[in-house]
Amino acid sequence: MDTLETVIRYLFLAAAACFVLGLHLMNSPRTARRGNTLSAAAMAVAIGATVVLLADESAITATGWLVLISGGLVGSAAGLYYARSVAMTAMPQLVSVFNAVGGGAAALIVLGEVLQAHDPGLLGARSTVPGALDVVIGAVTFSGSLIAAGKLQGIVPGRPIVFPGARAVNAALPVLCAVCSVWLVLDPGSTAALLLLTAAALAFGVTMVLPIGGADMPVVISLLNAFTGTAVAMAGFVLNEPTLIIAGALVGASGGILTKLMADAMNRSIAAIIVGGFGTGDGGPADDGGGASQVRALSADDVAIQLAYAGRVVVVPGYGLAAAQAQHELGELADVLEAHGVEVSYAIHPVAGRMPGHMNVLLAEVNVPYTQLKEMEDANPEFPQADVALVIGANDVTNPAARRPGNAISGMPILDVDRARSIVVIKRSMGHGYAGMDNPLYTDPKTGMFFADAKKGLAELKAAVRTFIA
Amino acid sequence: MNLDLLTAITVFVLAVLVGFEVISKVPATLHTPLMSGANSIHGIVAIGAMIIAAEAHNAIGYILAFVAVAFGAMNVVGGYVVTDRMLHMFRSRPGGAAGPAAGQPAGRKTEA
Repeated sequence: MDTLETVIRYLFLAAAACFVLGLHLMNSPRTARRGNTLSAAAMAVAIGATVVLLADESAITATGWLVLISGGLVGSAAGLYYARSVAMTAMPQLVSVFNAVGGGAAALIVLGEVLQAHDPGLLGARSTVPGALDVVIGAVTFSGSLIAAGKLQGIVPGRPIVFPGARAVNAALPVLCAVCSVWLVLDPGSTAALLLLTAAALAFGVTMVLPIGGADMPVVISLLNAFTGTAVAMAGFVLNEPTLIIAGALVGASGGILTKLMADAMNRSIAAIIVGGFGTGDGGPADDGGGASQVRALSADDVAIQLAYAGRVVVVPGYGLAAAQAQHELGELADVLEAHGVEVSYAIHPVAGRMPGHMNVLLAEVNVPYTQLKEMEDANPEFPQADVALVIGANDVTNPAARRPGNAISGMPILDVDRARSIVVIKRSMGHGYAGMDNPLYTDPKTGMFFADAKKGLAELKAAVRTFIA
Repeated sequence: MNLDLLTAITVFVLAVLVGFEVISKVPATLHTPLMSGANSIHGIVAIGAMIIAAEAHNAIGYILAFVAVAFGAMNVVGGYVVTDRMLHMFRSRPGGAAGPAAGQPAGRKTEA
Protein backbone atom coordinates (compact mmCIF):
# COMPACT_ATOMS: atom_id res chain seq x y z
CA MET A 1 0.00 0.00 0.00
CA ASP A 2 1.46 3.36 -0.98
CA THR A 3 1.01 6.52 1.09
CA LEU A 4 -2.03 7.74 -0.81
CA GLU A 5 -3.86 4.47 -0.40
CA THR A 6 -3.01 4.41 3.30
CA VAL A 7 -4.46 7.90 3.72
CA ILE A 8 -7.59 6.86 1.87
CA ARG A 9 -7.96 3.75 4.03
CA TYR A 10 -7.92 5.97 7.12
CA LEU A 11 -10.52 8.25 5.52
CA PHE A 12 -12.73 5.20 4.96
CA LEU A 13 -12.31 4.28 8.62
CA ALA A 14 -13.27 7.83 9.64
CA ALA A 15 -16.34 7.66 7.40
CA ALA A 16 -17.46 4.39 8.98
CA ALA A 17 -17.01 5.93 12.44
CA CYS A 18 -19.08 8.94 11.36
CA PHE A 19 -21.91 6.64 10.20
CA VAL A 20 -22.03 5.19 13.73
CA LEU A 21 -21.91 8.66 15.31
CA GLY A 22 -24.61 9.87 12.94
CA LEU A 23 -26.87 7.00 13.98
CA HIS A 24 -26.05 7.73 17.61
CA LEU A 25 -27.20 11.36 17.19
CA MET A 26 -30.53 9.99 15.95
CA ASN A 27 -31.43 9.15 19.57
CA SER A 28 -33.12 12.52 19.98
CA PRO A 29 -35.14 14.66 17.56
CA ARG A 30 -33.03 17.62 18.71
CA THR A 31 -29.74 16.22 17.39
CA ALA A 32 -31.02 13.91 14.64
CA ARG A 33 -30.65 16.42 11.84
CA ARG A 34 -27.02 17.04 12.77
CA GLY A 35 -26.46 13.27 12.76
CA ASN A 36 -27.84 12.98 9.25
CA THR A 37 -25.62 15.82 8.03
CA LEU A 38 -22.56 14.21 9.62
CA SER A 39 -23.40 10.92 7.95
CA ALA A 40 -23.90 12.62 4.58
CA ALA A 41 -20.57 14.45 4.87
CA ALA A 42 -18.81 11.17 5.69
CA MET A 43 -20.40 9.58 2.63
CA ALA A 44 -19.24 12.45 0.42
CA VAL A 45 -15.68 12.06 1.73
CA ALA A 46 -15.73 8.29 1.17
CA ILE A 47 -16.95 8.66 -2.42
CA GLY A 48 -14.50 11.48 -3.15
CA ALA A 49 -11.64 9.36 -1.75
CA THR A 50 -12.64 6.46 -4.01
CA VAL A 51 -12.54 8.75 -7.04
CA VAL A 52 -9.01 9.89 -6.06
CA LEU A 53 -7.92 6.30 -5.53
CA LEU A 54 -9.23 5.16 -8.92
CA ALA A 55 -7.64 8.15 -10.66
CA ASP A 56 -4.32 7.57 -8.93
CA GLU A 57 -4.17 3.91 -9.86
CA SER A 58 -5.27 4.94 -13.37
CA ALA A 59 -7.05 1.60 -13.29
CA ILE A 60 -10.07 2.93 -15.02
CA THR A 61 -10.58 3.47 -18.74
CA ALA A 62 -12.06 6.58 -20.34
CA THR A 63 -15.26 4.65 -21.01
CA GLY A 64 -15.23 3.64 -17.35
CA TRP A 65 -15.10 7.30 -16.28
CA LEU A 66 -17.91 8.13 -18.66
CA VAL A 67 -20.02 5.31 -17.21
CA LEU A 68 -19.22 6.42 -13.66
CA ILE A 69 -20.04 10.07 -14.22
CA SER A 70 -23.17 9.52 -16.28
CA GLY A 71 -24.46 6.82 -13.90
CA GLY A 72 -23.76 9.04 -10.91
CA LEU A 73 -25.54 11.99 -12.48
CA VAL A 74 -28.59 10.00 -13.57
CA GLY A 75 -28.91 8.29 -10.18
CA SER A 76 -28.38 11.50 -8.20
CA ALA A 77 -30.93 13.40 -10.28
CA ALA A 78 -33.53 10.65 -9.92
CA GLY A 79 -32.91 10.36 -6.17
CA LEU A 80 -33.00 14.12 -5.67
CA TYR A 81 -36.23 14.54 -7.61
CA TYR A 82 -37.95 11.65 -5.86
CA ALA A 83 -36.80 12.76 -2.39
CA ARG A 84 -37.90 16.36 -2.93
CA SER A 85 -41.29 15.61 -4.48
CA VAL A 86 -42.50 12.66 -2.41
CA ALA A 87 -45.54 13.22 -0.18
CA MET A 88 -45.08 12.26 3.47
CA THR A 89 -47.90 9.72 3.15
CA ALA A 90 -45.91 8.05 0.35
CA MET A 91 -42.76 7.66 2.48
CA PRO A 92 -43.12 3.85 2.80
CA GLN A 93 -43.07 3.54 -0.99
CA LEU A 94 -39.94 5.69 -1.21
CA VAL A 95 -38.13 3.65 1.44
CA SER A 96 -39.17 0.48 -0.41
CA VAL A 97 -37.84 1.76 -3.74
CA PHE A 98 -34.57 2.81 -2.09
CA ASN A 99 -34.34 -0.67 -0.49
CA ALA A 100 -34.83 -2.11 -3.97
CA VAL A 101 -32.09 -0.08 -5.65
CA GLY A 102 -29.69 -0.74 -2.76
CA GLY A 103 -30.24 -4.49 -2.95
CA GLY A 104 -30.15 -4.36 -6.75
CA ALA A 105 -26.83 -2.50 -6.77
CA ALA A 106 -25.32 -5.02 -4.35
CA ALA A 107 -26.40 -7.92 -6.58
CA LEU A 108 -25.11 -6.16 -9.72
CA ILE A 109 -21.70 -5.66 -8.10
CA VAL A 110 -21.22 -9.39 -7.67
CA LEU A 111 -22.63 -10.13 -11.13
CA GLY A 112 -20.10 -7.67 -12.55
CA GLU A 113 -17.27 -9.03 -10.42
CA VAL A 114 -17.87 -12.61 -11.56
CA LEU A 115 -18.75 -11.92 -15.22
CA GLN A 116 -15.79 -9.57 -15.68
CA ALA A 117 -13.21 -11.72 -13.90
CA HIS A 118 -10.43 -12.75 -16.29
CA ASP A 119 -10.72 -16.34 -15.22
CA PRO A 120 -13.83 -16.81 -13.05
CA GLY A 121 -12.92 -20.48 -12.66
CA LEU A 122 -10.14 -19.40 -10.31
CA LEU A 123 -12.48 -17.63 -7.87
CA GLY A 124 -12.32 -19.42 -4.54
CA ALA A 125 -15.04 -20.11 -2.01
CA ARG A 126 -13.80 -17.00 -0.18
CA SER A 127 -15.44 -14.96 -2.98
CA THR A 128 -18.17 -17.25 -4.28
CA VAL A 129 -19.91 -18.08 -0.99
CA PRO A 130 -20.55 -14.45 0.00
CA GLY A 131 -21.08 -13.74 -3.69
CA ALA A 132 -23.91 -16.25 -3.99
CA LEU A 133 -25.45 -14.97 -0.75
CA ASP A 134 -25.21 -11.41 -2.07
CA VAL A 135 -26.93 -12.28 -5.36
CA VAL A 136 -29.73 -14.17 -3.58
CA ILE A 137 -30.39 -11.55 -0.89
CA GLY A 138 -29.89 -8.60 -3.23
CA ALA A 139 -32.15 -9.93 -5.98
CA VAL A 140 -34.89 -11.00 -3.53
CA THR A 141 -34.75 -7.52 -2.00
CA PHE A 142 -34.89 -5.87 -5.42
CA SER A 143 -37.99 -7.61 -6.74
CA GLY A 144 -39.65 -7.95 -3.32
CA SER A 145 -39.25 -4.26 -2.52
CA LEU A 146 -40.64 -3.24 -5.89
CA ILE A 147 -43.73 -5.39 -5.28
CA ALA A 148 -44.06 -3.93 -1.77
CA ALA A 149 -43.80 -0.40 -3.19
CA GLY A 150 -46.39 -1.30 -5.83
CA LYS A 151 -48.76 -2.56 -3.14
CA LEU A 152 -48.30 0.59 -1.08
CA GLN A 153 -48.79 2.80 -4.11
CA GLY A 154 -51.88 0.83 -5.15
CA ILE A 155 -50.42 -0.34 -8.48
CA VAL A 156 -50.41 -3.91 -7.18
CA PRO A 157 -53.56 -4.79 -5.17
CA GLY A 158 -52.87 -4.43 -1.43
CA ARG A 159 -54.83 -7.55 -0.51
CA PRO A 160 -52.92 -10.80 -0.24
CA ILE A 161 -52.57 -12.37 -3.69
CA VAL A 162 -52.49 -16.14 -3.56
CA PHE A 163 -52.48 -18.09 -6.81
CA PRO A 164 -52.98 -21.87 -7.03
CA GLY A 165 -49.81 -23.64 -6.02
CA ALA A 166 -48.31 -20.47 -4.55
CA ARG A 167 -47.15 -22.28 -1.42
CA ALA A 168 -45.42 -24.96 -3.47
CA VAL A 169 -43.67 -22.32 -5.59
CA ASN A 170 -42.70 -20.43 -2.44
CA ALA A 171 -41.14 -23.58 -1.03
CA ALA A 172 -39.46 -24.62 -4.30
CA LEU A 173 -37.76 -21.31 -5.16
CA PRO A 174 -35.56 -21.13 -2.04
CA VAL A 175 -34.47 -24.73 -2.72
CA LEU A 176 -33.62 -23.76 -6.30
CA CYS A 177 -31.64 -20.76 -4.97
CA ALA A 178 -29.71 -23.05 -2.62
CA VAL A 179 -28.97 -25.57 -5.40
CA CYS A 180 -27.75 -22.83 -7.76
CA SER A 181 -25.60 -21.34 -4.99
CA VAL A 182 -23.86 -24.67 -4.42
CA TRP A 183 -23.45 -25.08 -8.19
CA LEU A 184 -21.86 -21.63 -8.44
CA VAL A 185 -19.47 -22.32 -5.56
CA LEU A 186 -18.40 -25.66 -7.09
CA ASP A 187 -18.12 -24.23 -10.60
CA PRO A 188 -17.42 -20.47 -10.35
CA GLY A 189 -16.93 -20.19 -14.12
CA SER A 190 -20.50 -21.23 -14.86
CA THR A 191 -22.45 -18.26 -16.20
CA ALA A 192 -25.55 -20.46 -16.36
CA ALA A 193 -25.44 -21.06 -12.60
CA LEU A 194 -25.09 -17.34 -11.94
CA LEU A 195 -27.96 -16.34 -14.22
CA LEU A 196 -30.28 -19.10 -12.99
CA LEU A 197 -29.50 -18.10 -9.41
CA THR A 198 -30.36 -14.47 -10.18
CA ALA A 199 -33.60 -15.43 -11.93
CA ALA A 200 -34.71 -17.76 -9.12
CA ALA A 201 -33.98 -15.10 -6.49
CA LEU A 202 -35.85 -12.42 -8.45
CA ALA A 203 -38.87 -14.73 -8.80
CA PHE A 204 -38.75 -15.61 -5.11
CA GLY A 205 -38.85 -11.92 -4.15
CA VAL A 206 -42.09 -11.56 -6.09
CA THR A 207 -43.79 -14.69 -4.79
CA MET A 208 -42.68 -13.94 -1.24
CA VAL A 209 -44.23 -10.46 -1.03
CA LEU A 210 -47.38 -10.99 -3.17
CA PRO A 211 -49.28 -13.03 -0.53
CA ILE A 212 -48.55 -10.52 2.25
CA GLY A 213 -51.39 -8.15 3.12
CA GLY A 214 -51.24 -4.35 3.29
CA ALA A 215 -51.46 -4.24 7.08
CA ASP A 216 -48.27 -6.30 7.39
CA MET A 217 -46.25 -3.81 5.34
CA PRO A 218 -44.42 -2.26 8.33
CA VAL A 219 -42.83 -5.66 9.01
CA VAL A 220 -42.08 -6.35 5.34
CA ILE A 221 -40.39 -3.01 4.72
CA SER A 222 -38.25 -3.41 7.84
CA LEU A 223 -37.29 -6.93 6.85
CA LEU A 224 -36.34 -5.89 3.31
CA ASN A 225 -34.32 -3.02 4.80
CA ALA A 226 -32.36 -5.57 6.85
CA PHE A 227 -31.91 -7.69 3.69
CA THR A 228 -30.47 -4.74 1.77
CA GLY A 229 -27.95 -4.06 4.51
CA THR A 230 -26.90 -7.71 4.57
CA ALA A 231 -26.53 -7.78 0.77
CA VAL A 232 -24.29 -4.70 0.91
CA ALA A 233 -22.17 -6.35 3.63
CA MET A 234 -21.82 -9.47 1.44
CA ALA A 235 -20.68 -7.28 -1.46
CA GLY A 236 -18.07 -5.93 0.96
CA PHE A 237 -16.86 -9.50 1.60
CA VAL A 238 -16.49 -10.12 -2.14
CA LEU A 239 -14.73 -6.82 -2.85
CA ASN A 240 -12.62 -6.92 0.36
CA GLU A 241 -13.96 -3.54 1.42
CA PRO A 242 -14.36 -3.18 5.21
CA THR A 243 -16.35 0.06 4.74
CA LEU A 244 -19.07 -1.79 2.85
CA ILE A 245 -19.09 -4.54 5.47
CA ILE A 246 -19.46 -2.03 8.32
CA ALA A 247 -22.15 0.10 6.63
CA GLY A 248 -24.07 -2.99 5.52
CA ALA A 249 -23.90 -4.50 9.01
CA LEU A 250 -25.21 -1.27 10.57
CA VAL A 251 -28.17 -1.20 8.19
CA GLY A 252 -28.77 -4.91 8.72
CA ALA A 253 -28.85 -4.37 12.49
CA SER A 254 -31.20 -1.41 12.11
CA GLY A 255 -33.60 -3.32 9.88
CA GLY A 256 -33.42 -6.34 12.17
CA ILE A 257 -34.33 -4.33 15.27
CA LEU A 258 -37.23 -2.61 13.49
CA THR A 259 -38.53 -5.93 12.13
CA LYS A 260 -38.54 -7.41 15.63
CA LEU A 261 -40.25 -4.33 17.11
CA MET A 262 -42.95 -4.31 14.43
CA ALA A 263 -43.63 -8.05 14.69
CA ASP A 264 -43.86 -7.78 18.50
CA ALA A 265 -46.22 -4.82 18.23
CA MET A 266 -48.48 -6.86 15.96
CA ASN A 267 -48.21 -9.90 18.21
CA ARG A 268 -47.07 -12.12 15.35
CA SER A 269 -43.90 -13.95 14.54
CA ILE A 270 -41.91 -12.90 11.48
CA ALA A 271 -42.25 -16.41 10.06
CA ALA A 272 -46.05 -16.28 10.41
CA ILE A 273 -46.16 -13.05 8.43
CA ILE A 274 -43.96 -14.35 5.62
CA VAL A 275 -45.77 -17.66 5.15
CA GLY A 276 -49.09 -16.19 6.28
CA GLY A 277 -50.76 -14.94 3.15
CA PHE A 278 -53.63 -13.27 4.94
CA GLY A 279 -54.32 -9.80 6.26
CA THR A 280 -56.30 -6.77 5.28
CA GLY A 281 -56.00 -4.77 2.12
CA ASP A 282 -55.97 -1.00 1.91
CA GLY A 283 -59.76 -0.79 1.71
CA GLY A 284 -60.14 -2.06 5.25
CA PRO A 285 -62.74 -4.51 6.38
CA ALA A 286 -66.16 -3.96 4.87
CA ASP A 287 -68.28 -6.48 6.75
CA ASP A 288 -70.54 -5.14 9.44
CA GLY A 289 -69.87 -7.07 12.61
CA GLY A 290 -72.47 -7.82 15.23
CA GLY A 291 -73.24 -5.67 18.24
CA ALA A 292 -74.07 -2.52 16.29
CA SER A 293 -77.30 -2.23 18.26
CA GLN A 294 -75.57 -1.81 21.62
CA VAL A 295 -73.28 1.04 20.64
CA ARG A 296 -73.93 4.72 21.23
CA ALA A 297 -73.76 6.60 17.92
CA LEU A 298 -72.82 10.27 18.16
CA SER A 299 -73.28 13.17 15.75
CA ALA A 300 -70.52 15.66 14.93
CA ASP A 301 -72.16 18.20 17.26
CA ASP A 302 -72.23 15.75 20.20
CA VAL A 303 -68.51 15.05 19.76
CA ALA A 304 -67.71 18.75 19.33
CA ILE A 305 -69.36 19.60 22.68
CA GLN A 306 -67.51 16.76 24.40
CA LEU A 307 -64.17 17.92 22.97
CA ALA A 308 -64.72 21.62 23.67
CA TYR A 309 -65.55 20.96 27.35
CA ALA A 310 -62.56 18.66 27.84
CA GLY A 311 -59.45 19.80 29.66
CA ARG A 312 -57.25 17.12 28.19
CA VAL A 313 -57.69 15.18 24.95
CA VAL A 314 -55.50 12.25 23.91
CA VAL A 315 -55.69 11.50 20.19
CA VAL A 316 -55.11 7.88 19.15
CA PRO A 317 -54.36 7.91 15.42
CA GLY A 318 -54.24 4.59 13.60
CA TYR A 319 -53.66 2.97 10.25
CA GLY A 320 -57.07 4.27 9.07
CA LEU A 321 -55.92 7.88 9.50
CA ALA A 322 -52.83 7.25 7.38
CA ALA A 323 -54.84 5.35 4.76
CA ALA A 324 -57.38 8.19 4.53
CA GLN A 325 -54.53 10.78 4.48
CA ALA A 326 -56.45 12.76 7.09
CA GLN A 327 -53.46 14.15 9.03
CA HIS A 328 -54.05 17.73 7.84
CA GLU A 329 -57.65 17.69 9.06
CA LEU A 330 -56.48 16.27 12.40
CA GLY A 331 -53.83 19.00 12.75
CA GLU A 332 -56.43 21.70 12.07
CA LEU A 333 -58.88 20.23 14.62
CA ALA A 334 -56.08 20.11 17.22
CA ASP A 335 -55.20 23.74 16.50
CA VAL A 336 -58.80 24.84 17.06
CA LEU A 337 -58.96 22.87 20.33
CA GLU A 338 -55.62 24.16 21.59
CA ALA A 339 -56.59 27.74 20.79
CA HIS A 340 -59.65 27.09 22.98
CA GLY A 341 -57.36 25.99 25.84
CA VAL A 342 -57.72 22.23 25.51
CA GLU A 343 -54.52 20.28 26.10
CA VAL A 344 -53.97 17.88 23.17
CA SER A 345 -51.48 15.05 22.98
CA TYR A 346 -51.06 11.99 20.75
CA ALA A 347 -50.69 8.37 21.79
CA ILE A 348 -48.90 6.49 19.04
CA HIS A 349 -48.80 2.71 18.77
CA PRO A 350 -45.68 1.32 17.07
CA VAL A 351 -47.70 -0.01 14.10
CA ALA A 352 -49.96 3.04 13.78
CA GLY A 353 -48.78 3.98 10.27
CA ARG A 354 -47.71 2.03 7.23
CA MET A 355 -44.05 1.74 8.24
CA PRO A 356 -42.16 2.09 11.55
CA GLY A 357 -42.61 5.62 12.93
CA HIS A 358 -44.71 6.74 9.97
CA MET A 359 -47.46 8.33 12.07
CA ASN A 360 -44.95 10.59 13.81
CA VAL A 361 -43.74 11.92 10.47
CA LEU A 362 -47.31 12.55 9.29
CA LEU A 363 -48.08 14.50 12.48
CA ALA A 364 -44.77 16.38 12.36
CA GLU A 365 -45.71 17.40 8.84
CA VAL A 366 -48.81 19.19 10.16
CA ASN A 367 -46.71 21.01 12.76
CA VAL A 368 -47.50 18.87 15.78
CA PRO A 369 -44.49 19.38 18.10
CA TYR A 370 -42.68 16.13 18.84
CA THR A 371 -43.04 16.76 22.59
CA GLN A 372 -46.77 15.99 22.14
CA LEU A 373 -46.09 12.67 20.38
CA LYS A 374 -46.16 10.00 23.07
CA GLU A 375 -44.86 6.47 22.60
CA MET A 376 -47.00 3.67 23.95
CA GLU A 377 -45.14 3.26 27.29
CA ASP A 378 -45.37 6.99 28.03
CA ALA A 379 -48.93 7.41 26.78
CA ASN A 380 -50.57 4.58 28.73
CA PRO A 381 -50.16 6.10 32.24
CA GLU A 382 -51.80 9.30 30.94
CA PHE A 383 -55.09 7.82 29.78
CA PRO A 384 -56.77 7.85 33.24
CA GLN A 385 -56.26 11.64 33.33
CA ALA A 386 -57.65 12.16 29.83
CA ASP A 387 -61.16 13.61 29.60
CA VAL A 388 -61.58 12.36 26.06
CA ALA A 389 -59.62 9.73 24.15
CA LEU A 390 -60.25 10.38 20.45
CA VAL A 391 -59.60 7.18 18.48
CA ILE A 392 -59.25 7.70 14.73
CA GLY A 393 -58.98 4.70 12.43
CA ALA A 394 -57.40 2.44 15.05
CA ASN A 395 -58.99 -0.82 16.12
CA ASP A 396 -57.00 -3.83 17.32
CA VAL A 397 -54.35 -1.70 19.04
CA THR A 398 -57.09 -0.36 21.36
CA ASN A 399 -58.83 -3.69 22.02
CA PRO A 400 -58.90 -4.44 25.76
CA ALA A 401 -59.44 -8.13 24.92
CA ALA A 402 -55.65 -8.28 24.43
CA ARG A 403 -55.29 -8.27 28.23
CA ARG A 404 -57.30 -11.51 28.50
CA PRO A 405 -55.80 -14.86 27.57
CA GLY A 406 -57.24 -17.17 24.96
CA ASN A 407 -57.93 -15.03 21.90
CA ALA A 408 -56.19 -13.98 18.69
CA ILE A 409 -54.62 -10.85 20.13
CA SER A 410 -53.85 -12.03 23.69
CA GLY A 411 -50.66 -10.47 24.90
CA MET A 412 -50.47 -7.89 22.11
CA PRO A 413 -49.30 -4.55 23.50
CA ILE A 414 -52.22 -2.10 23.35
CA LEU A 415 -52.98 1.51 24.20
CA ASP A 416 -55.09 1.68 27.39
CA VAL A 417 -57.78 3.77 25.73
CA ASP A 418 -60.54 2.17 27.83
CA ARG A 419 -59.05 3.78 30.97
CA ALA A 420 -59.81 7.31 29.76
CA ARG A 421 -62.79 9.14 31.33
CA SER A 422 -64.65 9.05 28.03
CA ILE A 423 -63.91 7.74 24.56
CA VAL A 424 -64.90 8.85 21.08
CA VAL A 425 -64.18 6.52 18.17
CA ILE A 426 -64.21 7.80 14.60
CA LYS A 427 -64.74 4.80 12.36
CA ARG A 428 -66.51 4.06 9.10
CA SER A 429 -68.51 1.09 10.31
CA MET A 430 -68.61 -1.55 13.00
CA GLY A 431 -66.36 -3.69 10.82
CA HIS A 432 -63.65 -5.79 12.37
CA GLY A 433 -59.98 -4.91 12.45
CA TYR A 434 -57.12 -6.95 11.18
CA ALA A 435 -57.50 -9.65 13.83
CA GLY A 436 -61.17 -10.14 12.91
CA MET A 437 -62.34 -9.69 16.50
CA ASP A 438 -65.11 -7.73 18.21
CA ASN A 439 -63.74 -4.77 20.12
CA PRO A 440 -65.41 -4.49 23.57
CA LEU A 441 -64.23 -0.87 23.65
CA TYR A 442 -67.06 0.07 21.27
CA THR A 443 -69.78 -1.31 23.53
CA ASP A 444 -68.29 0.29 26.67
CA PRO A 445 -70.86 2.71 28.17
CA LYS A 446 -68.13 5.43 28.22
CA THR A 447 -67.66 5.15 24.47
CA GLY A 448 -69.45 7.07 21.74
CA MET A 449 -69.11 6.11 18.08
CA PHE A 450 -68.89 8.75 15.35
CA PHE A 451 -69.42 6.86 12.10
CA ALA A 452 -67.53 8.68 9.36
CA ASP A 453 -64.52 8.49 7.08
CA ALA A 454 -61.51 9.90 8.98
CA LYS A 455 -60.92 12.76 6.56
CA LYS A 456 -64.56 13.88 6.27
CA GLY A 457 -65.35 13.21 9.92
CA LEU A 458 -62.45 15.34 11.19
CA ALA A 459 -63.37 18.21 8.85
CA GLU A 460 -66.97 18.08 10.14
CA LEU A 461 -65.72 18.01 13.74
CA LYS A 462 -63.50 21.03 13.20
CA ALA A 463 -66.43 22.99 11.76
CA ALA A 464 -68.71 21.89 14.60
CA VAL A 465 -66.17 22.81 17.30
CA ARG A 466 -65.65 26.22 15.64
CA THR A 467 -69.38 27.00 15.61
CA PHE A 468 -69.74 25.79 19.17
CA ILE A 469 -66.97 27.88 20.71
CA ALA A 470 -67.54 30.95 18.55
CA MET B 1 -6.60 -4.66 -0.39
CA ASN B 2 -6.35 -8.12 1.06
CA LEU B 3 -8.70 -8.90 3.84
CA ASP B 4 -8.63 -12.39 5.22
CA LEU B 5 -11.93 -14.08 5.92
CA LEU B 6 -11.54 -14.11 9.69
CA THR B 7 -10.84 -10.36 9.81
CA ALA B 8 -13.80 -9.66 7.52
CA ILE B 9 -16.13 -11.73 9.70
CA THR B 10 -14.77 -10.04 12.84
CA VAL B 11 -15.49 -6.61 11.37
CA PHE B 12 -18.98 -7.75 10.33
CA VAL B 13 -19.93 -9.23 13.72
CA LEU B 14 -18.64 -6.25 15.69
CA ALA B 15 -20.41 -3.79 13.38
CA VAL B 16 -23.70 -5.67 13.81
CA LEU B 17 -23.29 -5.49 17.60
CA VAL B 18 -22.44 -1.77 17.49
CA GLY B 19 -25.48 -1.28 15.26
CA PHE B 20 -27.78 -3.06 17.71
CA GLU B 21 -26.40 -1.00 20.58
CA VAL B 22 -26.71 2.38 18.87
CA ILE B 23 -29.99 1.81 17.07
CA SER B 24 -31.89 0.35 20.01
CA LYS B 25 -31.60 3.83 21.58
CA VAL B 26 -33.39 5.57 18.72
CA PRO B 27 -36.91 6.57 19.88
CA ALA B 28 -39.96 5.22 17.99
CA THR B 29 -40.75 8.81 16.97
CA LEU B 30 -37.73 8.77 14.66
CA HIS B 31 -38.04 5.28 13.20
CA THR B 32 -39.02 6.47 9.73
CA PRO B 33 -36.09 8.93 9.41
CA LEU B 34 -33.89 6.16 10.85
CA MET B 35 -34.94 3.88 8.02
CA SER B 36 -34.42 6.42 5.27
CA GLY B 37 -31.11 7.35 6.93
CA ALA B 38 -30.15 3.67 6.84
CA ASN B 39 -31.08 3.70 3.16
CA SER B 40 -28.55 6.42 2.50
CA ILE B 41 -25.88 4.61 4.53
CA HIS B 42 -26.23 1.48 2.42
CA GLY B 43 -25.75 3.86 -0.50
CA ILE B 44 -22.09 3.05 0.26
CA VAL B 45 -22.61 0.36 -2.43
CA ALA B 46 -21.82 3.26 -4.76
CA ILE B 47 -18.15 2.69 -3.83
CA GLY B 48 -18.43 -0.96 -4.76
CA ALA B 49 -20.10 0.02 -8.01
CA MET B 50 -17.18 2.36 -8.77
CA ILE B 51 -14.71 -0.47 -8.23
CA ILE B 52 -16.76 -2.59 -10.66
CA ALA B 53 -16.63 0.23 -13.19
CA ALA B 54 -12.85 0.16 -12.91
CA GLU B 55 -12.73 -3.57 -13.62
CA ALA B 56 -15.19 -3.49 -16.52
CA HIS B 57 -13.73 -4.20 -19.93
CA ASN B 58 -16.69 -4.95 -22.18
CA ALA B 59 -20.22 -3.77 -22.87
CA ILE B 60 -21.85 -6.06 -20.29
CA GLY B 61 -19.44 -4.88 -17.63
CA TYR B 62 -20.06 -1.23 -18.44
CA ILE B 63 -23.84 -1.66 -18.43
CA LEU B 64 -23.77 -3.46 -15.07
CA ALA B 65 -21.50 -0.76 -13.65
CA PHE B 66 -23.69 2.04 -15.01
CA VAL B 67 -26.86 0.64 -13.42
CA ALA B 68 -25.09 -0.15 -10.14
CA VAL B 69 -23.56 3.35 -9.92
CA ALA B 70 -26.91 4.96 -10.74
CA PHE B 71 -28.69 2.86 -8.08
CA GLY B 72 -26.02 3.67 -5.49
CA ALA B 73 -26.08 7.39 -6.26
CA MET B 74 -29.88 7.38 -6.01
CA ASN B 75 -29.61 5.79 -2.56
CA VAL B 76 -27.03 8.28 -1.32
CA VAL B 77 -28.56 11.50 -2.64
CA GLY B 78 -32.23 10.58 -2.26
CA GLY B 79 -31.74 9.05 1.18
CA TYR B 80 -29.96 12.01 2.72
CA VAL B 81 -32.24 14.61 1.15
CA VAL B 82 -35.48 12.94 2.23
CA THR B 83 -34.16 12.24 5.73
CA ASP B 84 -33.18 15.87 6.12
CA ARG B 85 -36.59 16.95 4.84
CA MET B 86 -38.33 14.80 7.43
CA LEU B 87 -36.09 15.77 10.34
CA HIS B 88 -36.60 19.43 9.47
CA MET B 89 -40.30 18.97 10.27
CA PHE B 90 -39.70 17.71 13.80
CA ARG B 91 -39.85 20.71 16.08
CA SER B 92 -40.28 21.04 19.83
CA ARG B 93 -42.86 23.83 19.76
CA PRO B 94 -45.70 24.62 17.36
CA GLY B 95 -45.82 27.55 14.97
CA GLY B 96 -43.07 27.04 12.42
CA ALA B 97 -42.54 29.10 9.31
CA ALA B 98 -45.40 27.59 7.36
CA GLY B 99 -48.37 25.34 7.86
CA PRO B 100 -51.83 25.56 9.35
CA ALA B 101 -50.57 26.67 12.76
CA ALA B 102 -49.13 29.93 11.40
CA GLY B 103 -52.33 31.89 11.78
CA GLN B 104 -52.87 30.95 15.43
CA PRO B 105 -52.05 33.19 18.38
CA ALA B 106 -48.49 32.55 19.49
CA GLY B 107 -48.75 32.43 23.28
CA ARG B 108 -51.01 29.43 23.67
CA LYS B 109 -50.34 26.70 26.14
CA THR B 110 -48.42 23.60 25.14
CA GLU B 111 -47.03 20.71 27.05
CA ALA B 112 -43.52 21.13 28.29
